[in-house]
Amino acid sequence: MKLKKNVAVSEAGLLFNPVTGESFSVNPIGTEILNLLREEKSDAEIEKEILSMYSTDKTSFEKDYHDFIGELSHHNLLEGHEKTKA
Amino acid sequence: MKKPKLNIGVTGLNAIDSPGPGVSVIRALREAASFDTKIIGFSYESLEPGIYMHDLVDRTYSIPYPTAGTDTLLERLEYIQEKEKLDVIIPNFDAELYPFIKLETKLKAMGIHMFLPTLHQFEERHKVNLNDFGKKYGIKVPKSKVLYDLSTVHSLLSEFSFPMIVKGKFYDASIAYSIEQVKTYFNKISAKWGLPIIIQEFIHGTEFNVTGLGDGKGKTIAAVPMRKQYITDKGKAWGGISIADEKMLEMTRKFLRNTKWRGGFELELMKNKDGDLYLLEINPRLPAWIYLAVGVGQNIPEALVNLAMGQTVKPFTEYSVGKMFVRYSWDMIVDREEFEQISIYGEL
Repeated sequence: MKLKKNVAVSEAGLLFNPVTGESFSVNPIGTEILNLLREEKSDAEIEKEILSMYSTDKTSFEKDYHDFIGELSHHNLLEGHEKTKA
Repeated sequence: MKKPKLNIGVTGLNAIDSPGPGVSVIRALREAASFDTKIIGFSYESLEPGIYMHDLVDRTYSIPYPTAGTDTLLERLEYIQEKEKLDVIIPNFDAELYPFIKLETKLKAMGIHMFLPTLHQFEERHKVNLNDFGKKYGIKVPKSKVLYDLSTVHSLLSEFSFPMIVKGKFYDASIAYSIEQVKTYFNKISAKWGLPIIIQEFIHGTEFNVTGLGDGKGKTIAAVPMRKQYITDKGKAWGGISIADEKMLEMTRKFLRNTKWRGGFELELMKNKDGDLYLLEINPRLPAWIYLAVGVGQNIPEALVNLAMGQTVKPFTEYSVGKMFVRYSWDMIVDREEFEQISIYGEL
């Protein structure tokens, strides 16, 4: 899973897609996940990192992570998850 | 090196809720790096706000509406030229472009330069001809049909589904959800802007605009795409952000390459959920949000003036992405004498 290179993520958690002009705000954990995606960490590495920092269980994380990735994909923010036709 | 001083006439001083581009164009000209300028405003009505913006507009003259004909306009421009020695005029309304294009040669002989589309380009891109335009240049456009009267209105049902857009030939558009609404909007819009009325397929999606400048030989001198972020009830952008959509830029370059467009323009685009881009309209002049282009590094009005003056203009190759414009309204306090001056004498 890779965040598109041109997507900007601010420290405050504002995500800007320069192709569509859309902006999204994410919470601090969302920002951390985005930064990990930016570092091209794998799903397993992200899970390990988040579980080590926050008191949450694996099942809850997986569900929330899956939803979050789904949202990013829905908004065309991930590499290889284009909705746009070639 | 001393910068030349150019006297530039600008229309579209109506910085109202559905704003003309004049005031934004003037702001851009005031910031031009290659010339200094004296701005002569051209107004149609006495309450156009630009008339009273004395830090932007040096002097204003009222000019006749396009319906008065080119002879009347020429007579007025001859009078203004005697006093102001204009170098360039930038017309900013669709409706006045036809007379200005017609007068281009005569104005040139008077020393006034313009950089406008040719009459052929102006007619070809007209929304009445959009279907043919799309076919000819391989650009996706929504299906549209021209209506001159309401006798054939029911035949629309076999060609279009609801909602459909009812558009005026110059301005105005409404979304109709029933034949009754089509009839209402037909009457309302044609009463204001005349016939024909254009019926257009409704494309669900997100609206984008591109403004730019073509050199008349197929080259793109400038192009800046923008996503509308705040849209008024009249469909005007009250806030927007510059974006980097290569598909939009390529469509713009294709439009300029194929049509050899001369002058400023605005493309109105719709992107549907599959990412397909539809060209809804080509406005043959600079848009009211043109100052965003200046803000992101492309002073398009300055480049247009230089092209009009016969200078070689280097194409812009970049702009800042993610810069926003946020429009606002502002109450000016105006002396009644100024209003009287422009209303009675047509000059201020």
